[in-house]
Parts: sequence; structure tokens; C-alpha cells
Amino acid sequence: MRDSYTEFANTGLGRKLTKSLGLPQPAKLRRYRPGAPLIEGPVVVVGDSEASDRIAEVMLGWDLDVRRHLESREEAAAVVAAFDTTSSPEQLSSEVLAVGRLLKQLKSSARVITVFRDPQETEDPAVRAARKGVEGLTRSLAHEMRAGGTANGIVLQNELDAAAPGFAGALRFLLSGRSAFVSGQFITVGSVNGALPEDWSKPLQGQVAVVTGAARGIGAAIAETLHRDGAEVIAVDIPPAGEQLAAVANEISGTALQLDITAEDAGERILTHAEQHYGRLDIVVHNAGITRDKLLANMDASRWDSVIAVNIESQLRMNRAFLASELFNRAEATVGPRIVSLASTSGIAGNRGQTNYAASKSGVIGMVSATSDQLQARHGSINAVAPGFIETEMTAKIPLVTREVARRLNSLNQGGLPEDVAETIAFLASQAAGGTSGLTLRVCGQNLVGA
Amino acid sequence: MSTPTTTRDAVIIGGNRIPFVRAHGAYAKASNQDMLTSALNGLIARFGLQGEQLGTVAGGAVMKHSKNFNLVRESVLGTPLDPKTPAYDVQMACATGMEAIGSLANKIKLGQIDSAVGGGVDSISDAPIVVTDELRGILMEANRAKTAGQRLKALAKIRPGHLVPQAPGVAEPRTGLSMGDHMAVTAHAWGITRQEQDELALASHKNLAAAYDAGFFDDLITPFQGVAKDNNLRPDSSMEKLAKLKPSFGRDLGEEATMTAANSTPLTDGAAAVLLGSEEWADAHDLPKLANFVDYEEGAVDFVDGAEGLLMAPAYAAARMLRRNNLTFEDFEFIEIHEAFASTVLAQIKAWEDEDFCRNKLGLDGAMGPIDRSKLNVNGSSLAAGHPFAATGGRIVGTLAKMLHGKPGKLGFISVCAAGGQGITAIIEGR
Repeated sequence: MRDSYTEFANTGLGRKLTKSLGLPQPAKLRRYRPGAPLIEGPVVVVGDSEASDRIAEVMLGWDLDVRRHLESREEAAAVVAAFDTTSSPEQLSSEVLAVGRLLKQLKSSARVITVFRDPQETEDPAVRAARKGVEGLTRSLAHEMRAGGTANGIVLQNELDAAAPGFAGALRFLLSGRSAFVSGQFITVGSVNGALPEDWSKPLQGQVAVVTGAARGIGAAIAETLHRDGAEVIAVDIPPAGEQLAAVANEISGTALQLDITAEDAGERILTHAEQHYGRLDIVVHNAGITRDKLLANMDASRWDSVIAVNIESQLRMNRAFLASELFNRAEATVGPRIVSLASTSGIAGNRGQTNYAASKSGVIGMVSATSDQLQARHGSINAVAPGFIETEMTAKIPLVTREVARRLNSLNQGGLPEDVAETIAFLASQAAGGTSGLTLRVCGQNLVGA
Repeated sequence: MSTPTTTRDAVIIGGNRIPFVRAHGAYAKASNQDMLTSALNGLIARFGLQGEQLGTVAGGAVMKHSKNFNLVRESVLGTPLDPKTPAYDVQMACATGMEAIGSLANKIKLGQIDSAVGGGVDSISDAPIVVTDELRGILMEANRAKTAGQRLKALAKIRPGHLVPQAPGVAEPRTGLSMGDHMAVTAHAWGITRQEQDELALASHKNLAAAYDAGFFDDLITPFQGVAKDNNLRPDSSMEKLAKLKPSFGRDLGEEATMTAANSTPLTDGAAAVLLGSEEWADAHDLPKLANFVDYEEGAVDFVDGAEGLLMAPAYAAARMLRRNNLTFEDFEFIEIHEAFASTVLAQIKAWEDEDFCRNKLGLDGAMGPIDRSKLNVNGSSLAAGHPFAATGGRIVGTLAKMLHGKPGKLGFISVCAAGGQGITAIIEGR
């Protein structure tokens, strides 16, 4: 879907005009390209905790230009601020103001990443207030970022330090172009599970993934992204979508499995296919979903029931089959099976005309948090991704004015691309994200709705 | 030189077809090459064959443009298969697909190739239009002319009557009778009733509809151009509706004409493909092994003088094939007889169940039958699905192999009749 306004706003005339008229100035976002540098320019570490040293070490290991200070004429590509030892709100000041001074010296599509401990893990009012404070300042800073820049946080749990593989995985994701449309969000790292890849350009090498709803849109982008990252992909969609499904499968040298996921034996049929063709199954991406919008006053049973059946009941049933199977439980040391599910910002904030859809997508968020223990016990993970306004065939059907408003209603002043959702899913499906489970991560450019 | 005494199994790995549609409808703008390429693409996607160099791909079309002299090879080049995969065209009227698959299975058995795709395609909607012989003669003369004057002289011979295009027909060149009218003669000779034919047609629709409902075709069909199901299928058909139709063939039989548009197969567009391989090749590629292609037999009858039915060749082929394999019809779990017309199936069955026919024509000691009707075309056949001539063999082999999967040693029988008084029968074995 073409966003003509963003294209115009990035021309010479467009920049002048939008600025003088006070119109939104959507930037061209820095997106991940295989082979391109992780991030170009100095990365400044703020804070004096032990964790801040570890963070610097991790990034030095990636050959980044890591600094403690920036010269006055230099521009930073990213700022990572460690608040992990902050124990009262008044202690926030020095680090926050240091970050503030750097904001005028940021390159485009810059990153600010705050690192702090989980507020819920302390009963001390001052400590929890300080930690919650980091959340609040990070979200507000995300609104203030310019030129495609984002601000996000990494939340450490269970006394973990920055040496956990899941921390490095989250840090790298947030620095990279993979997180282009993620802003104002928090990635929780709660365990030492996971492993860092030998080759960061092929983080899913040797893994087998199934993607439902893979024939078009976000599902096709997920299949392509997982394949690009090294996975072998089983592309699933309903039989009537078979022609496009075959095209996707052939494009990525995967296999096509025509299947209605609401069938009782859908999970078993996926397992049989995976066993036959690959002998393993490491990653499940529950992407398939439908909308049948209607105000609740006018809702009929078929609209309600079909959305619930496809968007959440099928996932619950398939997960039971996967978790009961041997194929999906080949735990290798600290690495187990991963499930990533598609939620929606509608499931977080609600949306007029979408009681059925929001129920199903809130349901996904609940399912993910409640299934997390089972996956963690297998050294695996289950997470959800909640896309905001994404430029797809579906959103292209929204009337022009409504669409134009919807796509600007976020901190990045533009709609995301299917690949933005796919990149986040690929991250959560990777072993590097093994320390994160039970999370619903929004890919919405910090949408103002439901923030 | 001695002939090889041992061969290896030719394994049917799976099939794929596009939905069959009634002619001049949904695929009216698609060419044979478009349809065959799509059927191959679906097969490649199902089994992850991208970049694979197969032993060979064989198939064909009955209604074919001369520009499609290399139809299968050109189709292969339009797929993600390794372009080093050889391909060739086969043509044996409606038995084209069976002949392609049978001969490929033989190559695998002999160890000449390890993998193959066989199938076929046909489009009535994209049939070649031929000019009259007179006009063709004039155009060829003009083409041979050396001067403009000679060329003009040749072209001046064209008369309005020469310009009427000759649409391809399904009439037998040696008798001028349409296939349906031929069949009407045979049906009448065997005393096949309208009732029996309508019942068979109805069963075909009901069986195909039930198979769709059960998801049976989820891994046998890939949609094409927005069509997801065979569009000739009439799940809500009934004996009452079928009884209302007037006869379409054998009208010179008057009151005794029995063949209608519903108990005859409509003209159809579509394509089908079947993946075959040796056991080792299938294992090395982590592919399923549904069934073995055991044997096949071609047959032909002298129908021109009217002594034999045009579509009765499979009766003879079956007798030879079963004798060679030391089998009777009782040994088969499923029986697939291509429904060119309902009466074709019924005439073949009556012949096999007929003591006189089996003794005098087939040279056997007695009747080959009876045929258990509950084993016949249990997931529907051509009357419901349609019959794009060269694609039917691939449809039947793919379907039957799936039905026999998980039934090791159980046998399936196939009969496909063809124009020119020919036909093919085959045996496949579940695994």
C-alpha cells in the first residue's frame, strides 16, 4: 500500500511545506537489510551501574562505536541508559538529564533504550516508584523522538544481569532496523533461556517454522522473513487461498499445507506434515485471523462465532496438540520450542465495531501469558505481537480520510509495513529472545490508541 | 543380453490438480500452458521441490495448438523446478495422462530415472481453430510464391466459404459419429437403462461433494484463478432433477435414447499432475509414499465397422492385465472407472460380468465379475468433477493413491477409455 503523503513529505519541497504548515513529518524509517551494519554511528552508554559496563561490553562485542561521552559536533546513533540500580525517583535525575542533553545530537532513526528492573518485583514503595518512573519517562520520550527515532525499554526480572543471552538479544533487536516501527514499548527479559546465534544474519538457521495465514499480507511477510533469517517454512492457509499460498511457498523454497485451522485435527496435521518433510518443528506462528466487524447491537452468531473460532479457539486447540507432541518438545540444552501469536491493538484498547475481534485478540494475550510457564519449562517461549496500523490489503480498504487519520495517529506519523510485524515475530521466534516469554509486544509506532 | 528379472517399486508420492471447470467459463482466458504450469507449481509447493532436478516430466494435451509442440517442457520452464529437468509431450486421447504416468513408472522401475512428474491438461476454451483445407492450401501456395504477382494470384483464389473456421470436434474421424453417439449404440446394445445411468451420475456428485466436505481434496487440489472447487459439481442434484432432462445422444433411438447431459461428462478445462519416485528418492527427500504404481495395460478395439464399442477397449486391457498379475476383481479394495459417460462405466462392468463376452471376446473360462459397486468411484469421478481429457489420468491416480495410503498391500483398479477405440487399465497398491 503506497503512502503518498510520506513520500511527498520526504521530498525537498515536502519537507519545507509540512514544516511551515505544522503538518506531520513522517520520516523514512531505517529498516533491517541483510548485510547492512547493525547501526551506524556512535552509541552512547549512560549510567554508572555494573550493568552499564556489561551493556558496553556486549555492544563492543558487536564492533559498535561505544562511547561514554559524545563530542559537541558528533551525532549519536543510539543512547542506552542503565537505570537498573535506581532506588528512588530523585535518583533518576542525573541519567535522565544526561540522555536529554544527547537528544539534540541524534541521527535520524536513532534509538534510545532504557534498561531497568521490573517494578512488580519490589515491595519497596520508593524503588517501585523509581522503576515505574522509568516506564513513564521512556513512553513520553518516545513521543518526543524525531526523524524516525524510537525509545523503548528493556525490563530485567529475577535478578538477571546484562549478561543473559535474552538481554543481548533484546538490545540488538531494539538497536537494529528490525524494530523500526516499535516505539514506547518494553521487552521483559525474565530468564537465562535462549542462545545467541553464531551468525546474526541467519538467526533461525536450521529451524523449522510453521506460519498460518501465510498466503498474503502480514502472513506472507512473516514466511518470507523467517526464511530470510534461515528457517525452513511450512506455509499454511485455507484451501481456497491455495494458489497464493503455493506462490509464497515456491518463492521461499518452503512447503505449502492447505488446511483450515479450525479443523479438530489441524494441529495434528501440521505435526504430521512437519514430521514427514522436516523431522522437526521449532517455531509456530499463529498469524491466521479474520475480522467480521459489526456493532454489538447488530452482531449475529455467525460473525461472533467465526471470529472466536478462527482467532483464538483454533490456537488454543493447536497449542494443546503441539505441547502434547514429541516433535515440538525436542529441548536442546537451553533452547526449546517457540510460539508467537498475532494479537492486535484492538485487543488492548478496544475498537468500535470489533467486540468479537477484540475479544479474540485479548484472548490471545491471555492465552500467551497463561501458556508461558508450560513453554518456559521446556526452555521455550510464547509471546504475542500486537500490530497497530499496518499498510495491508485489509487497511487499504478503509475509506481514504479515515485511513489517512489512522495512519498518522502514532509517534512515527505513518503506518507500519507488514515486514515490521514480521521482523518482530522473527525476533521473538529466535533463540536470542529465549529470555522473553508471556509478553505481548506492540508494533504500532506508539499508536495513540490504547497507549 | 538378458532382460532384467528384478525391478524396483515406482512410488506414487502425491498428486495435484487445479479445480476442473466447465468449458468457456472461469478458465476461458487461460491457455493449456498456464493451467499445466499452475498444476505443477502447486505440486512443487506441496512437496518442496523448488530447484529440484527431476528425472523427467511427461504429459500432454488432447486439444493442442501447434505452437505448443513442447507444451510440457515450456510449462516446466515456467516453474521453480531446475531447468535441467527434461520433459516431453505424450498424446493418447483421453488416456494421455495414464500413458504418461504409466510409462514414467516403468522408467523408474527399470532404474532409468529416480523421479518424475506425469499428468496432462486440456482446454476446450482455448482450443485451436483450424481453417478449411482449401484455404490452408491457398495460404501455403502464397507462402511458397517467389514474386508478389504469384502471391497475389494465389490469394485471389480465396472465396468467402473458405473463411469459415473449423472448430475442433469430438467426432471420430473414421465414422463421423460423435463419441456420445458411439456410446449410445454400445449402451443400447448392452441394455443399459436411463435409471442406472442417472443413479451412477447422482452417486458421482454425492461422492465428490462428500469428499470435499471431508477435506479429502485439501492436499490434492490447488485453486487456480479464484476457483477452489470443480464447478461442474452439483451436490444438490436428485433423481427427480436428472429424470427431467431430454436425451442428448443416440436420438435416433427415439424413445430408447438414454444418455443425457447429466449422465454424460461435460466439456471441461483443467490440469493434473502426479509425483512419482523410487523408494530411495522419496526417502532421501523426506516425501510420503502413498502407493506403488504396479502395472498398466493399453488396449484397442476395432470399432470402425461397429462390431465393438468405441469405449470398450478397457474391457480387453483389464482381462490381459489381471491375468498377467494373477488377480481378479475381488482382489481390489477400490475400483476407479473413468466416467466418460455413465453408460461407459456400466457397459464395462456388464461386459466383465457377462459370461458370453468374457468367454467369446476375452477368451476367458467365465465371467470376470461381479464388481462390487460399493468400491466404485467412492470419491466421485468425471461425471461430477468434469473431464479435461488429458488431465483425467492424473486426477484418478492422485485420488486413488491417497485412498490407498495407509492400506499396505491393498489394491486399486483404474480404467480409462479413450477416443480411437483405445483405453488403459492400471493397478496401484497401497503402502
